[in-house]
Amino acid sequence: MSRVLPVLTVLLAILVIWYAAAVMLNRAWVLDQAARAGSEVGFSQMLRETMAQDRPVLPAPHQVAKGLWDGVAGQKITSKRSLVWHAGVTLSATLAGFALGTAAGLLLAIGIVHSRAMDMSVMPWAIASQTIPILAIAPMVIVVLASLGIKGLLPKALIAAYLSFFPVLVGMVKGLRAPDGMQLDLLRTYNASQGQSLRMLRLPSSVPYLFASLKVGIAAALVGTIVAELPAGATAGLGARLLSGSYYGQTVQIWAALFAAAILAAVLVMLIGAVERVTLSRMGFSR
Amino acid sequence: MEAAPAVIEARHLNLTFPTDDGPVHALKDVDLTVAPGDFISFIGPSGCGKTTLLRCIAALETPTGGSLTVRGMTADAARRARSYGYVFQAAGLYPWRTIAGNIRLPLEIMGYPKAEQAERVQAVLDLVELGQFGRKFPWQLSGGMQQRASIARALAFDAEILLMDEPFGALDEIVRDRLNEELLRLWQRTGKTIAFVTHSIPEAVYLSTRIVVMSPRPGRITKVIESPLPRVRPLDIRDSPEFIRIAHEVREGLHEGHGHD
Ligand SMILES: Nc1ncnc2c1ncn2[C@@H]1O[C@H](COP(=O)(O)OP(=O)(O)O)[C@@H](O)[C@H]1O
Ligand SMILES: [Mg+2]
Repeated sequence: MSRVLPVLTVLLAILVIWYAAAVMLNRAWVLDQAARAGSEVGFSQMLRETMAQDRPVLPAPHQVAKGLWDGVAGQKITSKRSLVWHAGVTLSATLAGFALGTAAGLLLAIGIVHSRAMDMSVMPWAIASQTIPILAIAPMVIVVLASLGIKGLLPKALIAAYLSFFPVLVGMVKGLRAPDGMQLDLLRTYNASQGQSLRMLRLPSSVPYLFASLKVGIAAALVGTIVAELPAGATAGLGARLLSGSYYGQTVQIWAALFAAAILAAVLVMLIGAVERVTLSRMGFSR
Repeated sequence: MEAAPAVIEARHLNLTFPTDDGPVHALKDVDLTVAPGDFISFIGPSGCGKTTLLRCIAALETPTGGSLTVRGMTADAARRARSYGYVFQAAGLYPWRTIAGNIRLPLEIMGYPKAEQAERVQAVLDLVELGQFGRKFPWQLSGGMQQRASIARALAFDAEILLMDEPFGALDEIVRDRLNEELLRLWQRTGKTIAFVTHSIPEAVYLSTRIVVMSPRPGRITKVIESPLPRVRPLDIRDSPEFIRIAHEVREGLHEGHGHD
């Protein structure tokens, strides 16, 4: 209870502010309509009308909730109007990109830790790659790949991988270097090979760092996928849903898609967190 | 024993660490001969180069001058031939491996067959009286038991030499006494050559056939004391006049070392 109360309080505050903002932002349209009709609107009527518009500037929370509910439960899952279907499309590209990015980050980190040359050469490029705004390159990549006939999941997964490899790379370089001098010396006294040191000491030691990176990485992969779904042409996925909503001024649809994305991200991060807890306690890290 | 070739032989061994505050002369003109089956202790105030000397023997550190052979080879060749087990000051067990798994680590690395691994692990676990604890994880064991497991890990493969750097330094005196007794018995049973670092005078006298007294700045050997005590030593030998005389001699050696400062 002591943990639930603060959360509920914050949630309540957000709802109150949100409703107030909805009234303020949507009032102009109500007043405008009334002026055109030459009628007066009372306060209570104003309240009702600011929260029941088809295309409000800011939809009220219950409108978004209804949009979300309709999108999730009100449609057949295979329907193009189903948020579950769109989320599924986004999820598959996110997971593919996440797997790709994690593998790339892991391999690069192993290379960096074992080779001075790679340490000097790869890291600056990796950092530079993350300073380029993803919004600028995503459309280029999508268009170039589409012109080569590559469409669908792969281009999106590549953008997702591009964003998610970096946290894995940085975390794993630190994680693989986590063993202290004594632990490395111990393996030297056994005349262990580099591969054995990697397998038996460096990789297990890096697991806590890996999970921290994976949580950032999966969220980044989701953002990358959604951004990759924005360029014209995409008709499936939460990004496409966002875009078509903004084309047609369907603000409720935009907000519902946004919340679907946020919920998806939260679920993915929580799943990794659950695996992390079990793994780390089994490996004796959390004691 | 006189004619047996030395297991460890150092001549004019020097080691200087370059540091930001100028070079640190950690070892100066160290001469040392260790015969097979010796139990040799290095004692001295902290910073006198005990760890550095042990690490040179283990080829974890490279001397900057002089010569050093281990089992007739260079120290690094001896390391590659897996000539020694090294026990560090901290147990350093892997938390993700069971006690048995930790002891199996060197055996896996050295490619022992699976069946032999299991046999050896059980044998050394019994040797350090941890027979029942193979399946436990390190956090389930006390500090003394963890240190015993780390000794078992160094014994699991048949290295001729055992190098130990203040292995019992962090333990309380009661546990320490027990482990000292066990270590002596183990040394008698296995016939290994043991080089042991300590800064406890009773520990050095109780365990060793030879006590090497060192002094700092620069780290050097100031005195070598041969122990006339028999190889089989009950704990109460520490009350004998002989023991007290040697302990006194070690203490004087330590004071003389300081006199040079
Ligand atoms: N890696 C190193 N770099 C620089 N100085 C070191 C290093 N290792 C040890 N020293 C110095 O060498 C001297 C001897 O150290 P050490 O062998 O650890 O002494 P002891 O084990 O007897 O306490 C100390 O002055 C210490 O500061
Ligand atoms: Mg030391």
